[in-house]
Amino acid sequence: MTDTTMSAPSRPASKSSRPGTLALLLNNTLATSGLVVLVLICLIALAAPILPLEDPDVTAPANRLLPVFAEGHLLGTDHLGRDILSRLIWGTRVSLAVGLSATIIAAFFGSLLGLVAGYAGGRTDTLIMRGIDMVMAFPYILLALAIVAVLGPGLLNALYAIALVNIPFFARNIRGITLGLSRREFVDAARLSGKSPVQILFLEILPNVLPVIVITMSTTVGWMILETAGLSFLGLGAQPPQADLGSMLGEGRKILFTAPHVSIIPGLMIFALVMSINLFGDGVRDILDPRLRAGSLTRPVSRTAVHRKADDIPSPSEKGGVLDVRQMRTEFEIGSSVYKAVGGVDLNLKEGECLGIVGESGSGKSVTAMSIMGLVPTPPGRIAGGAAYLDGEDLFAASDRRIRDLRGGSVAYVFQDPLSTLHPLFTVGDQLTEAITTHRPLSGSKAREKAIELLSLVRIPNAKERLSAYPHELSGGMRQRVCIAMALANDAKVLIADEPTTALDVTVQSQILTLMNGLRRERNAAILFITHDFGVVSALCDRVAVMYAGRIVETGTTEEVLANPRHPYTAKLIECVPVLGEPERRLDAIEGRPPVVNNLPEGCAFAARCPHAQAACRAGEIELEMSSDTRGVRCLFPLNSGAAV
Amino acid sequence: MNEISQKPMDREALLTIRDVERIFGGGRKLFGGHLPAVHAVQGLSLDVKKGETLGVVGESGCGKSTLARLVVGLDLPTSGSITFNGEDLAALAKKDRNALSRKVQYVFQDPVASLNPRKTIRTILEAPLKHLTDLNADRREARLAELLQAVNLAPEFLERYPHEFSGGQAQRIGIARALAAGPELIVLDEPVSALDVSVQAQVLNLLDKLKDDFGLTYIFISHDLSVVESVSDRVAVMYFGRMAELGPAREIFRHPLHPYTDLLMRSAPAPGRHDLMSEDASAELPDPYNPPKGCAFAARCAHRTDICVAGKPAPDEATGGNDHIAACYHPLGKA
Repeated sequence: MTDTTMSAPSRPASKSSRPGTLALLLNNTLATSGLVVLVLICLIALAAPILPLEDPDVTAPANRLLPVFAEGHLLGTDHLGRDILSRLIWGTRVSLAVGLSATIIAAFFGSLLGLVAGYAGGRTDTLIMRGIDMVMAFPYILLALAIVAVLGPGLLNALYAIALVNIPFFARNIRGITLGLSRREFVDAARLSGKSPVQILFLEILPNVLPVIVITMSTTVGWMILETAGLSFLGLGAQPPQADLGSMLGEGRKILFTAPHVSIIPGLMIFALVMSINLFGDGVRDILDPRLRAGSLTRPVSRTAVHRKADDIPSPSEKGGVLDVRQMRTEFEIGSSVYKAVGGVDLNLKEGECLGIVGESGSGKSVTAMSIMGLVPTPPGRIAGGAAYLDGEDLFAASDRRIRDLRGGSVAYVFQDPLSTLHPLFTVGDQLTEAITTHRPLSGSKAREKAIELLSLVRIPNAKERLSAYPHELSGGMRQRVCIAMALANDAKVLIADEPTTALDVTVQSQILTLMNGLRRERNAAILFITHDFGVVSALCDRVAVMYAGRIVETGTTEEVLANPRHPYTAKLIECVPVLGEPERRLDAIEGRPPVVNNLPEGCAFAARCPHAQAACRAGEIELEMSSDTRGVRCLFPLNSGAAV
Repeated sequence: MNEISQKPMDREALLTIRDVERIFGGGRKLFGGHLPAVHAVQGLSLDVKKGETLGVVGESGCGKSTLARLVVGLDLPTSGSITFNGEDLAALAKKDRNALSRKVQYVFQDPVASLNPRKTIRTILEAPLKHLTDLNADRREARLAELLQAVNLAPEFLERYPHEFSGGQAQRIGIARALAAGPELIVLDEPVSALDVSVQAQVLNLLDKLKDDFGLTYIFISHDLSVVESVSDRVAVMYFGRMAELGPAREIFRHPLHPYTDLLMRSAPAPGRHDLMSEDASAELPDPYNPPKGCAFAARCAHRTDICVAGKPAPDEATGGNDHIAACYHPLGKA
């Protein structure tokens, strides 16, 4: 059916453009310095047997309590005359080994329990987790003390105690993740592929949990080393004469005032070790955690950065209108590549007019909508050129303060998913009055009245009672009505609706469309309506602009474009949607996929998928050719040229 | 198309669903009392005939996905029976899951979420071959090539990871996985609703071709009426966990009997259609914890009378000939 998918498309360039794991880590100065210190300590500790050190356990009472930099003893000697440098390095070795093995033991058993509890659920889960809760109910150091008391003092027993005490930490973390993963579709799919529960748990779920285990380990190793030192300090860990950071500290405590270096030196070592591990561990977590990796670590900016040349600001078009977007370009810089999400878009919206922007995912329609009020996250997004005029005022040149006033004031947004746009912890009334009072100094009761008025405006029955409802108590359609009411709270001139009905059922969708249509007539508000559905467009919009790969490829009145599409892409897009009542119609699929916007072909972006493409289509800039005031097409060889107006 | 849509009527039933009910919740609390229960699916009876495509339409919360999970054995009915080729499906699922998976397969709504992000496509597609068939390594390799060929994907894709694929390609992989063990029935749960329209058409055409090539039977679940109309021989319309209307696709879309079907059709936006429905904001689903005694659609229905509120209509309360039935006391006349 499709030869374009038969041949593998070029591997996405993301491999090279997205920074690798190591590069990300090295980018983090703190984590890198932690890593350097850690590696240094580990190397010295590992090299202890081959370093020219004195035997750490040989006592020399004659040389007791030599100060730092004494001859032959760089860090002095302790109360039994043992070389502190030698004991420090051997002790670090022991502490590291115990800390690491305790972490590995705790991670193994804790993760195993977490995996089983999370996947099995029900009784097994309850039993395991209540057991874990009981372990957690004791203060950890008391529990560790109790375990060591039973098993007898000794480094190995201390190790077991610390591992056991830390099992709950892993178990709870891993259980939560497993619980989420085991409800995922790929687990159902594995079940249907004939895999047994054990295979699913260890071959499907475990690989997805592994990063979390590593993260948890990297953040606990330091803690475990501290705990080992704590037990040794109390005399329950390493037994004399064996050196270990904690026991060295403990021995030095008695002579803290006469010979402070005996306890300060191991103390500093513990500090350096744990600090470096924690810094490195935090770095590892930031890299492996997908939520942090996605860029939320960067400080959020309230408005999209504007990078445009001062001499390259297009003036408003002659058409006027409430909203006038000129040659707007929005780019995302990810790694070393630049994604041109919006590549020069012109839009013009008059009062009371509804303009539909149609396109598939990745066509840049949402980024266009978000760019107008600077809602594209920076970094990585930036407005690279063009202008947006609201009643003649250049929005990209306005102050942050002014933009804040305009957002939700003159220009309001309605988004796709009302459940995630409304705050779940505040009532509908609270959120509506907040939207009102942010822009107007109204008293509480006045704002409340206004909120009731708004709810009745969007035809919500029992408006007064609904004010005290929480978003989850309303149906999807009702929630979207509330969002529309919020958008209208301050008599918006322009309403930007980004797929407002896509998440809704068809019957509800048609009600919301009817509502929006009625409101724009009553309020004389202009609507910029973003959707992928031509059916929705023809129900509501006066004009339509079709976007492909970040540019408008065709624009015109809805009737003209639907009845007589001139760009081959528009024609194909209309063709491939099944229409109710015409089941016999063969669907004419568009072969291939849209181009990636960081690597746009020269000439027409659609040429590769276009049945009418010619050599000329693959070279040079193709302009949006306007054949009338409203009608335009970005195509060298438009369809139905004869029939065109 | 006309002949095809008539033929399956006479064929034998491959899957028979009788009075199936699935209740979620409803257990006992720790200190007496019952937890609230929700009837996800209730009193559902229908046959799926060999070689046909049965479309299931309904809005969110109507129980269509629960029905899908029941048919593939991912979930078991609280009461009622589902038989596949005369064999009880629930018993089979308990006794030998894999035997069921060899016969009935499933294609997921979200193609990317249904592929394990840490497995290559080869591992994903090999799983059903390893566990459900007794092919040796060489034969498996040959079968993999065959599957990729069938869904129009390049062989190089085998070594890649799911995140490298677009939605349409991922859905083809999902379809290839469902085909792997050579099932007779495939349940397609909203297979195209997460896809862009241009890709949607590609996948629909592919499904059509595969059905002919492999002699498959489909249960096609979707909320999109126009998609269901274009693929189905027969259609079941569900509302609030029950069957509202069942019949040949053409009959249902030309002459709907149930007012709900009619409402769905009038609501569906279509290019070139401007007539918006008149508004009624009261169009809410009934509370699932407190279901109405009568017809669940009564509150939204223009033809409602006392009888609708008093008791539930039988699934075949109204008949329109040609196995066309609707659960309605006041079916719409054939105009």
